[in-house]
Amino acid sequence: MTAPASPAAPVLAVRDLRKVYAETIAVDGVSFDVGPKEIVGLLGPNGAGKTTAINMVLGVLAPTTGSIRIEDIDLAAHRSRALARTNFAAVYAPLPGNLTVAQNLRVFALLYGVTRIAERIEELLADFDLRPFRDTKCGVLSSGEQTRVGLAKAMLNRPNLLLLDEPTASLDPATARDIRARIKAFVAAGTGGVLWTSHNMYEVEEVCDRVLFLSHGRVLLEGDPRALPGEHGKRTLEELFITVAREPLTLDLA
Amino acid sequence: MSAVALRRLAALVLRQFYLLRSSVSRIVPLFVWVLIDILLWGFITRYLNTVSGSGVNFVPVLLGAALLWDFNTRVMHGVSMAFLEDVWARNFVNLFATPLRIGEYLGGLVISSIATSALGLAVMLVAATSIFGLSFAALGVMLVPFLLVLLMFGIALGIVGTAFVLRLGPAAEWFIWPLPAVISPFAGVFYPVATLPAWMQGIAHALPPSYVFEGMRRIVTGGTFAPVTLAWATLLAALYIALACWLFARVHAHVVRTGLLARYTSESVS
Repeated sequence: MTAPASPAAPVLAVRDLRKVYAETIAVDGVSFDVGPKEIVGLLGPNGAGKTTAINMVLGVLAPTTGSIRIEDIDLAAHRSRALARTNFAAVYAPLPGNLTVAQNLRVFALLYGVTRIAERIEELLADFDLRPFRDTKCGVLSSGEQTRVGLAKAMLNRPNLLLLDEPTASLDPATARDIRARIKAFVAAGTGGVLWTSHNMYEVEEVCDRVLFLSHGRVLLEGDPRALPGEHGKRTLEELFITVAREPLTLDLA
Repeated sequence: MSAVALRRLAALVLRQFYLLRSSVSRIVPLFVWVLIDILLWGFITRYLNTVSGSGVNFVPVLLGAALLWDFNTRVMHGVSMAFLEDVWARNFVNLFATPLRIGEYLGGLVISSIATSALGLAVMLVAATSIFGLSFAALGVMLVPFLLVLLMFGIALGIVGTAFVLRLGPAAEWFIWPLPAVISPFAGVFYPVATLPAWMQGIAHALPPSYVFEGMRRIVTGGTFAPVTLAWATLLAALYIALACWLFARVHAHVVRTGLLARYTSESVS
């Protein structure tokens, strides 16, 4: 039996996480925490290991070695209990297109053990401007609308750990800004933390308290996204990103 | 089972209910194929009754067997269809990233299947009795354990089929549909097991439905059927369900370990 997490304990603690596929090392000994009320950005070029790491935290991919604790609950040993406190949204995992928005939210509310389901669905339909689409099948929604439905699903159980894999990738700038504001408000109002991947460096600077740069499955850099570029002789986070992606050996990692 | 687990089961059943309610293409097959089977076998038995001159009434022997085997097939397909809905909707990451446990997932598939196959059974019974005069009165209370064994074996087959598709990818869907047809020659659905060559009889004795159809034929032709044989068939069917669940859990662990679940696409064999 694991002890309940203390208020200061991280909502997510990843230690020495490694994933090896045959001869490919996708994630290579990654360790990091996400604290309460903290938004951590997981950055890196395509194939750096971000989605692999997120899939392991979601329990849909088993690590080769290493441990994942969600609110001090060992994911490998108590998967169901750990995932009850988690939720996610990702562009590659849209909700079933053959159910309506309200039907999908109801089904996932039951799966996540949400109480007062009807009330919660109404709140989320309003929060994500989805009321006009309540009885529309998800498959016929635009990609931006589907993203908002996915985010509403991710908020159903008021998760203490929210995993967002490029949550604003298919949204127009105005909607993306609204979504970022909602997620920041969600974090400010509760005790949860967010692990956020994005290729939009402007967005990362705006929302993330801390970022981790992944390259070839390893964490190369970690720090405040507003201070990191200057610390490594770069003008912007985007410039730093490009250097991490193309010339990681030129970085001063001391 | 905890209240939270029951809610997760309810979620899976509710999803199937939503899909059925809104889709004619899902509702019609529940009735049409079983109706066609009953009509086909009904007219075959009528014809055999007129030409055989043997005095044997083929209606309960052949039409009854066709109906019971169809029930077994519908249960198997019901489990598979509920699973394939998640394959077609690419829903595995969403589903298995929730607190849902594997046992609950399989439980949801089974309950959904029982609901849909019960509808199919009702249609078959109405058609077979009203059009062809089939009566299960001779079977009496034995009909209940017969249906139970076929239900259990259908569940086991359905779970095995889904395990194969989970392991081999959506393209392996073809594997599910003919599985009952592959088993039926061994199960002695339409003829006594003694008709089969010795090696096929060995397989027949390992299949719970063979005891059901042997028992049914004995009872409708005025013979007796030892309850202990039926108890053995039930036990055997329970063993197949346990083995099928074990297989599914092993396959699930494999696809989580190898990353096939997270990247579930049309061709995922590795």
